[in-house]
Amino acid sequence: MATEALGWWGVPLGILAGTLRGSVPFLLVSLGECLTEKSGKINLGLEGTLLMGAMSAYAVSYLSSGIVGPTLAPWLGVLTAGIAGMGLGAIHGWLSQQPRVNDVAVGIAMIIFGGGLANFFGKPFIQPQAPQLPTLAAGGWSSLPQVQSALQISPLFLLGLAIVPLMSWFFKSTRWGLYVRAVGDSPDAALAMGISIFWVRMAAIVAGSFLAGIGGASLSLFYPGVWTERISSGQGLMAVALVIFARWQPWQCLWASLLFGGAQALGPAFQSVGIDSYYYLFNAAPYILTLVIMIITCSPQRTLTGAPGALGKDS
Amino acid sequence: MASTTTWRRSLESVALPMGAVLSALVIFGVFCALAGANPLAVYASIYRAAFGSWSAWQNTLLRASPLMLTALCTALPARLGLVIIGNEGALVLGGLAAVMVGLALGSSLPGGLVLLAMALGSLVAGGLWIMAAGALRHYRGVNETISSLLLNYIAIALMNHLVQGPLRDPAFVSKPSSFEIAPAAWLGNLPATRVHWGLIYGLVASALAYILIQRTTFGFAARTAGGNVRAARIAGLPVGKLTLAVCFLAGSCAGLAGMVEVAAVQKRLNESIVSNYGYAGILVAFVARHNPLATVLVSVLLGGILAAGGILQRSHNLPDATVMVFQGIVFLCVLYSESLYGRFAVFQEREAQAEGAVVAG
Repeated sequence: MATEALGWWGVPLGILAGTLRGSVPFLLVSLGECLTEKSGKINLGLEGTLLMGAMSAYAVSYLSSGIVGPTLAPWLGVLTAGIAGMGLGAIHGWLSQQPRVNDVAVGIAMIIFGGGLANFFGKPFIQPQAPQLPTLAAGGWSSLPQVQSALQISPLFLLGLAIVPLMSWFFKSTRWGLYVRAVGDSPDAALAMGISIFWVRMAAIVAGSFLAGIGGASLSLFYPGVWTERISSGQGLMAVALVIFARWQPWQCLWASLLFGGAQALGPAFQSVGIDSYYYLFNAAPYILTLVIMIITCSPQRTLTGAPGALGKDS
Repeated sequence: MASTTTWRRSLESVALPMGAVLSALVIFGVFCALAGANPLAVYASIYRAAFGSWSAWQNTLLRASPLMLTALCTALPARLGLVIIGNEGALVLGGLAAVMVGLALGSSLPGGLVLLAMALGSLVAGGLWIMAAGALRHYRGVNETISSLLLNYIAIALMNHLVQGPLRDPAFVSKPSSFEIAPAAWLGNLPATRVHWGLIYGLVASALAYILIQRTTFGFAARTAGGNVRAARIAGLPVGKLTLAVCFLAGSCAGLAGMVEVAAVQKRLNESIVSNYGYAGILVAFVARHNPLATVLVSVLLGGILAAGGILQRSHNLPDATVMVFQGIVFLCVLYSESLYGRFAVFQEREAQAEGAVVAG
């Protein structure tokens, strides 16, 4: 373990490295879920989208590396992951808007369906090694190999960073952002404005699933960088909690993703210096924190500030 | 005339889910054909592995019994208008409580009494866990879907923490686990079968839930509050108490499923108890439209699909995830069929025509 040589300094370094690696899927999936929930629908199925994205990115990167070369192949994989996500998102967007169909139930069915498809088609790709995405070495200034390996930044993380201000601006200052917010906050008002609720929600869910698919690609092509059937480990579902923690704001999604990613790195980092008795409780910290924040900020008279008004209500 | 209407309506509520399952079979058949397997042979294999023989039935029922219990954790609060998805957490916590009670009592009491105490422990633990989500909803306005989802992760982390540390059996090396519960407190099988008593627990709980919701004043009050909370308040119904009671009962069902898994299957507590029976139970409840008797049927159907997992791999060379795809397609189709109620003329207008014909005649 790299951290052993550094002693206690390994702990903050380990947390930093774990945060940079672990927060990438959280960031992309939570931005996708944020966009989806702003339109008034919950997509629990992003767990399945994440798996599907991870599998299709890995498979395409592996299969196409012989044709387009190992530099372009992973990017083709990322694109495929996004498109696969859009496909699943279209199913969710259409089905969850049918009368009397509950979006939570559809989401759970989509976890099983998406996960099933990913494992079905992904079986032949568990063994082979696919070309990975390049990383940016931000630790080049240091002579310590531990620091260098800790500061490997994924281009997908930078993509997520770029989307944060864009999405924030989109919601605040663009006409389409207003449409999404109107549909999510007050469908009646949106209807009066002449907006098609169905198509705005559809677009928001499909676009959100695109981001979640790319989040899946970051799992299989960056960290941990392999394709296995349990690679998503519940991160798609956690993103739902994360978005609530972030109060449906893209900037807060960024901080929350870093926090969730960092909290996941706490356990392994402390374990590396011999403290492992509270490993699982550290891992549960984000959920406890989210729950506590919800308890403090909710009241029977009003819902959570920032929550889209139509969220969780039948259409 | 009235009887004709109800007859057509109940035909609709049978025909639509059946039609959905049939459409799912067709879609899945196309999927199998594209994957290079003969759809008809795959259907036959699934049927044989799920319901083809007494042995197959036993496999199916073994998988169906925890689903019956976890499904109630979503179905009961749904009648009150709450969407609870904390089934997995309540199951894990029920298993945890059962193991702690079982280990604490050891062999100081006869096996039957230890089992009873374990069951009670799991009922209370699972019940309080979901009741917390209900209480947060009622007193603080916290969304119960999200809080119960968060509670799942907290329950799983708590269980992992305890089996890693305080409860850990150092002699059991393959994965961190608790000590084994005494053999006297194992939940046995039904006479002459491989099916454990959990099946009876599931059937009894479903029957009791049905009676409670459909045939008692308590159930009537709960359904009223679920239909229109404001009207229920004006009518003087104690909405808060109803919420707490229903959530407690719901959670205790899932908790009991955890006790059954521990006492009949795992015999000790470890990560294996997180086996997705909780999340599958949510779907069972929605597909059964939150009717506690229909959940039994849907559980058996899903148990059959799960039981068919191995055979598709062995005899058709399809990956074992094929059943997951099948399960996903079935549930998506059944959920879609929900939106078709009242859209088919066959189930409504023929009756009006027949009426007209009678008048004309």
